[in-house]
Amino acid sequence: MDEKFIEVSQLYKTFQNKKQKIEVLKGIDLSAEKGEIYGIVGFSGAGKSTLVRCMNRLEEPDSGTVRIGDMEITSLGKAALNEQRRKIGMIFQQFNLFDSMTVSQNIAYPLKLTGVKGKEASDRVDEMLALVGLTEKKKAYPGELSGGQKQRVGIARALANRPDVLLSDEATSALDPQTTLSVLDLLKEINEKLGLTIILITHELEVIKYACHRMAVMEDGRLLEQGLVKDIFMHPQCETARNFISVYNQFRNEERREDME
Amino acid sequence: MSLYKYSFWEVFKHSFSAEVWDKVMPAIGETMYMVAVSSVFVLIFGILLGLILVMTSKEGLLPCKIVHGVLGAVINCFRSLPQVIIIIVMLPVARALVGKSYGSNACIISLIASCVPLFARLVESSLLEIDKGKIEAAKAMGSGNMRILFTVMVPETLPSLIRAFTNAVVIVISMTALAGSFGAGGIGYVAVTYGYTRYRHDLLFATIIVLIVIVQAVQFVGDTVSKMILKRRHLI
Ligand SMILES: Nc1ncnc2c1ncn2[C@@H]1O[C@H](COP(=O)(O)OP(=O)(O)OP(=O)(O)O)[C@@H](O)[C@H]1O
Ligand SMILES: [Mg+2]
Repeated sequence: MDEKFIEVSQLYKTFQNKKQKIEVLKGIDLSAEKGEIYGIVGFSGAGKSTLVRCMNRLEEPDSGTVRIGDMEITSLGKAALNEQRRKIGMIFQQFNLFDSMTVSQNIAYPLKLTGVKGKEASDRVDEMLALVGLTEKKKAYPGELSGGQKQRVGIARALANRPDVLLSDEATSALDPQTTLSVLDLLKEINEKLGLTIILITHELEVIKYACHRMAVMEDGRLLEQGLVKDIFMHPQCETARNFISVYNQFRNEERREDME
Repeated sequence: MSLYKYSFWEVFKHSFSAEVWDKVMPAIGETMYMVAVSSVFVLIFGILLGLILVMTSKEGLLPCKIVHGVLGAVINCFRSLPQVIIIIVMLPVARALVGKSYGSNACIISLIASCVPLFARLVESSLLEIDKGKIEAAKAMGSGNMRILFTVMVPETLPSLIRAFTNAVVIVISMTALAGSFGAGGIGYVAVTYGYTRYRHDLLFATIIVLIVIVQAVQFVGDTVSKMILKRRHLI
């Protein structure tokens, strides 16, 4: 399908500090197809978080548009925006679970917003728990869970209202490599099973290589390069992409050498 | 019994005598009444004002410079007055509200005037402890501001809010004793009229013991409840 499901165009965002203006997004154009995992990689401070946060307007862009499906997010009023946010899942580096609620209450929270009640709600919670493999942790509090389990609950909560899009801001950055892999596997699984479009922000190239179909390289508020992951790995066009890839390869070689020794 | 005539030990022992407690017991009742009524008002209005402060702040969910600024300034005004001065200032207000400027109900007015602003600030700082990410997550799910306030911010910070209220009640108790010397009755009145004016140090000791026990009990209950919640959530 070449229909662009998510389309960001000419997005600008400036933060006003006490002393200075910081231009964080400098005219971002990005488009993702329905059902793909779209990775955005960049160094710290490149503006990746700001970009995804503009996509559900946790941050208000100065100008430019964001369209998801046939909904133009940037032109929505407050009530309509809240309505629309219920169809956009988001997961975070720090999980951001509610410590005052059990796992199932966390997952049920977004259902309350859409008016899913009673048996339908509890069935949906069970379905989500099964999807992320945490059925036996239903009654646990987030305080009792490991990082990987917390992120699974975060994913279940984000998917409870059956969104079309999942925004993931460094969702695996607080996890160890093993757990990172299992969370990425879960994301790949739901991407295939549910046809979910995922925007995946990371500063780790191996995450993109492992999970994404297409990718963009971001630096200093601009997208330098976008395309299929394999194309960019084979023929990186920009300096930043080449840097990322050479560092990535160095690590890989290092690992291989250690394995051989 | 005065310490000027008897030894410390004799006075201390006598502070447990029936004669002393006949005078102290009714005072405990009056104090409890004032503390209970004031605490309820402090709880309700303190929470309300604290929530408004947090919501309307610059980083809050409903930023409003005017409301935040005016409310903050009024609270600071009350907070900058020592309790004694608030009691004196509130005397005419109490007369206008409850018909007289002495007695328990008049005292409650000044307790409220002094402790609501204090508790409002405590509520504010408790709510500000919340991890901003949780609010963001709720926003990203499409939750409205009031819903975020009552289903996320308050429950998430509940243990800290309970501690804050415990502190407020302890301060209400100590201020009740102070107001006692301005004709409010209760423990403070006994301590001043007998312990200070008539050198009845046995009675003075009794009031001290009562105050210590009440404050310990309040602190114990507050700490226990707050810890229970934290334990249930596996946060300690
Ligand atoms: N609320 C804010 N106020 C002022 N400056 C901000 C704000 N949020 C982000 N910035 C600035 O915007 C720039 C980009 O931040 P952003 O969080 O988008 O980067 P990032 O690519 O996600 O980095 P990281 O990999 O560290 O998460 C940074 O220089 C940051 O200091
Ligand atoms: Mg970031």
